[in-house]
Amino acid sequence: MKSLCEKGAVTGIGETAYTKGSGKSTVALQMEAALAAIADAGLTPKDIDGIVPYSSGDGVAEDFITKFGIADLRFSATTPMGGASAIAGIQAAILAIEGGVARHVLIPFGRNGYSGGRIGARVQQLPQFRTIGEFEMPVGQIAPAQLYAQMARRHMMQYGTTSRQLAEIAVTFRQHALLNDNAIMKTPMTVEQHQESRMISDPLRLFDCCLESDGGAALVISGAGPAKDMKQRPIYIMGIAEGHPDQPSAITQRGDMTILGTAKAVPHAFGMAGVSHDDIDVAEIYDCFTYIVLCQLEDLGFCAKGEGGAFVENGGISLTGRLPVNTHGGLLSQAHIIGMNHILELVKQLRGDGGKAQVAGARIGLVTGYGDMGDGTVAIMRN
Amino acid sequence: MDNPFNDRLRPAPSHDSQPYWDGLKEHRLLLQTCADCGTVRHYPRPVCDQCYSMRVEWIEASGHATIHSWTISHHAFHPCFKKDLPLTLVTADLAEGVRLCAPLKDASPGSLRIGAPLRVGFETVDDDLTLPLLILADTP
Repeated sequence: MKSLCEKGAVTGIGETAYTKGSGKSTVALQMEAALAAIADAGLTPKDIDGIVPYSSGDGVAEDFITKFGIADLRFSATTPMGGASAIAGIQAAILAIEGGVARHVLIPFGRNGYSGGRIGARVQQLPQFRTIGEFEMPVGQIAPAQLYAQMARRHMMQYGTTSRQLAEIAVTFRQHALLNDNAIMKTPMTVEQHQESRMISDPLRLFDCCLESDGGAALVISGAGPAKDMKQRPIYIMGIAEGHPDQPSAITQRGDMTILGTAKAVPHAFGMAGVSHDDIDVAEIYDCFTYIVLCQLEDLGFCAKGEGGAFVENGGISLTGRLPVNTHGGLLSQAHIIGMNHILELVKQLRGDGGKAQVAGARIGLVTGYGDMGDGTVAIMRN
Repeated sequence: MDNPFNDRLRPAPSHDSQPYWDGLKEHRLLLQTCADCGTVRHYPRPVCDQCYSMRVEWIEASGHATIHSWTISHHAFHPCFKKDLPLTLVTADLAEGVRLCAPLKDASPGSLRIGAPLRVGFETVDDDLTLPLLILADTP
């Protein structure tokens, strides 16, 4: 069977400042990030012949054709999986490249998640949440925080997971954000401060919830062959997969609500990459809520189901821990850039451009996306 | 002055789900069942995921349930729920094998545990809308 292992590479990355109040349109944020990524790749906008815009944003391929003067765009697609979309977009890009349809695929993203339409309000507008809209919102189950709280509560009751363990995740990512000049959160956080933060939907407190932010980020994906001769050291995609949970749009109806779609993607991604968990030097894990990090660490196989709490304790996911996670600060403390910032951070780490948060000698890394109540994506990359 | 944002969030029933909402108005919890293989499914949808039959029957649920998980919301994610805070929402395992998500009425947080027995009740909002609710079974 044909494999996508090392058929594609990240050849360019670009991002804007991450803020609460960009003062720019979401289209401008996407263009700014896209132009930076294309320049980083050593290309011009006219070299782009494939685009995977973010399905729930307001960027469309037509925007890029018009604004970049692309004469012959040969591939455009969307991958509507919320925070799992970007990695699913990379998979689509590699398929298009390997199939000979496109050479350089742009994956742009930009939104004003703070100053424009707030992220928390978006669920009601998406067709994949029809069932939540009809059956759960009228009884008061409206926001992702409430559903993820029920998942976390179930995990706590089944496995003894505690709120202080969730706090360790938030505190660790805050430490990492303090090393990052492009992070929104600038002050340290302690476990006690997490425990005193406002209860949102028990057991999730304010500091268990990600930020709502403004900003743009973009990637260029190219074939592994051409990537060798391009401007940057290519970051090869060794393994990539998407996984959808049973009952994807109704967490409440899911057989085991402590398992995410991520678990289905993991054997495909690791199998394609031909590496084991011990080979992973750094992991950037989608962190809309602290609990979702803990759950993914289990679903990814870094520890057994139920052992995520112990895994993150005592600095287990800090820069000096057994698995450094979210070296940029994540959605919890850098910015909510729909996980694009996680992909960019992994590329930086593998290029050796991780700055003060650089994991020494990082050679192979993993990044996840997660979204729309359970969809999970996993990519394993190497330098 | 009336503020439309304080209005209740209302469902938009589909052809598939209309009997569910009509049943609630009569204080009956109706569940969709495959007319060919008998599999119960919720939320309502047009096809059976076991045998792909599109023939539907509706059964009345017993009203017996247990707690699967819960959350207590302290933040009003919609203005119409401000008056209900803190709002205890429970995902319940119905005796029929599917789940129901509904508010739990009159329960102290200390009484919440997985497996606690529940019964289904009904809140008549107005002539057009009745919603399900849950009550701890040992509540008098």
